[in-house]
Amino acid sequence: MNTITAALGTDRARRPRAALTVLLAAAAAVGAPFYFAPFQVFQLTMVLLYAVALAGLNLLVGFGGQISLGHGAFFAAGAYTAAVMLDRYDTGHLATLPAAAAGCFLLGLGFGVPALRLRGLYLALVTLSFAVFLPPLLKRLEPVTGGSMGLTVDKLQPPAWSGLAEDQWTYFVVLAVTVVALLLARNLLRSRVGRALLAVRDNESAAEVMGVRLSLHKTLAFAWSAMFAGVAGCLYTWVIGFVSPDSFSFVLSITLLAGLVVGGLASLYGPLLGAAFVMYVPSVSQDVSEAAPGVVFGLLIITVMFVAPTGLAGLPGRVLGAVSRRLPRTTAALDRTPEADSVPETDSVPEADSVPEAEPKSPAGSRPATTLTPADPAVVDAEPVGAPPRTEKE
Amino acid sequence: MLAVDGITVRFGGITALDGVAFTVEPGTAVGLIGPNGAGKTTLFNCLTRRCTPNGGDVRFEDEDLLALPPHAVAGRGIARTFQNLGLFPRLTVRENVMVGAHSRGRTGHLAAALRLPRVRREETELHDQADDLLQRLGLADVADHPASGLPFGTLKRVELARALAVRPRLLLLDEPVNGLSHGEVGQFADLVRSVRQEFDLTLVVVEHHMGFVMGLCDKVVCLDFGRKIAEGSPEEIQRDPAVIEAYLGVAA
Repeated sequence: MNTITAALGTDRARRPRAALTVLLAAAAAVGAPFYFAPFQVFQLTMVLLYAVALAGLNLLVGFGGQISLGHGAFFAAGAYTAAVMLDRYDTGHLATLPAAAAGCFLLGLGFGVPALRLRGLYLALVTLSFAVFLPPLLKRLEPVTGGSMGLTVDKLQPPAWSGLAEDQWTYFVVLAVTVVALLLARNLLRSRVGRALLAVRDNESAAEVMGVRLSLHKTLAFAWSAMFAGVAGCLYTWVIGFVSPDSFSFVLSITLLAGLVVGGLASLYGPLLGAAFVMYVPSVSQDVSEAAPGVVFGLLIITVMFVAPTGLAGLPGRVLGAVSRRLPRTTAALDRTPEADSVPETDSVPEADSVPEAEPKSPAGSRPATTLTPADPAVVDAEPVGAPPRTEKE
Repeated sequence: MLAVDGITVRFGGITALDGVAFTVEPGTAVGLIGPNGAGKTTLFNCLTRRCTPNGGDVRFEDEDLLALPPHAVAGRGIARTFQNLGLFPRLTVRENVMVGAHSRGRTGHLAAALRLPRVRREETELHDQADDLLQRLGLADVADHPASGLPFGTLKRVELARALAVRPRLLLLDEPVNGLSHGEVGQFADLVRSVRQEFDLTLVVVEHHMGFVMGLCDKVVCLDFGRKIAEGSPEEIQRDPAVIEAYLGVAA
């Protein structure tokens, strides 16, 4: 009974806190371009567009359990779709977005078909081959793509009524697209479709017995994922105003995957953190060592993976988990005194939730429960699919 | 309700099932027993289209089950549990149960991405149904716990809850009480019995625990090396010489 009221209480407390978090994030996102210098605003814009690509990759890798080393190619396809439309047909920027999205969706659908039969390393290899062969292909198709010289197109121009500088206007447009894309991804995951995808990741045959049509959900996951990458590519063209085959070598695909893993697989805001990592860390490592930025970058990835094996998004949960594991030990010691049957700090979530777990016989059984409920409700709220891969570690 | 007629399954040189035939009447519970490797689970896999027999016929309510794609079986009202738990370990208990209701949902990819009002409505509906089921099976406390790291008996109940979320008319239980302690077997048997009443289920049960099978089932089919060696009421089966021989061997 008191667990129920406690749960209700925290639920009620969670909503305003989540709303507050969203509000603060929105205020920061809107305020940023007026506070930072144009170059920094440009960097933020790049973080946002990478976040879109990573959110797509996350759908496939984090939530779908498939793997792609070819997302740089979908990114390139989106970028070139936009560039060619702007260059040849002068369609205006807005028209390129749906075209890039639709084109990459179909492309992804096509790649989803081999993904049905291949898994793991084999799928990685097939997608990697796509990423490897696309740049030379773009160089060959010179009449359309401009060959290895690439294409230079117009960047986004702020309309006169906005009174914004170019970098600010670009930032806001990209921000809008990113918000919509991330919302779409979130909605998708918090539905029957998303659950089906997660179920397929966890246990394919059980999912099928429950009525999940594997072919449909797996190919569509690939298609959505490619679409997000394509949209990110399209934004890239808008922001940079220049595309060339060499900007989209297969290293981009690998960087994207690395960014996602560093940011946090199967986490809803992991892509944002991963995108920031991809954007800022190379320049930071350039500062640390002029001679070998790659080495510093690699070492940083290793460090992050060592400190936070579940990615940056999982780091707060891990820290809180470690802290709360320390805390109960001290409160348990207090509990020995007969008076202490209402522990003072029990208004926090973990206590309320771990009561039912008191019955499992082994302490190992109850441990995931305390770690699962990181005392921060925001974390719980942001991760409804609750895939803390750390349960595997136990 | 279910008619299995002469199904044969071969894996390479091994004949896992050899012309097995039996029927399941609506509302009854049929036990499927036999020594290890007799082909019981293979038979289950045929019923849920996990494996296609080389010959024979399976009809469910006069529909050819073998003509259905695997994912359509759940929609016809057939659910199963797995021998070694087939849960989704990284989803919560509630989400596991909600996946069970997958075949009853209608939300497509586009509608889900846009979170149309009807998607929202369906989500609340499924959520509430899942909570009712969890309540019914005494799992409400662990609803938000991932479906791993819980006691084995609890996970078995979660799997039962997920199968019930399909709203099956025919429920296939693959060794529902293996690995449970003596007391838990009794509780689980009571649970299955009451759930059977409540949801008006027809059951097919594969199980080695004879007390469980004999107490629950109206009819028992015994397989050995892929062949049906006996069929009848629990009492008949217990006295059947062929069954005794298969289980205990025959004196030299």
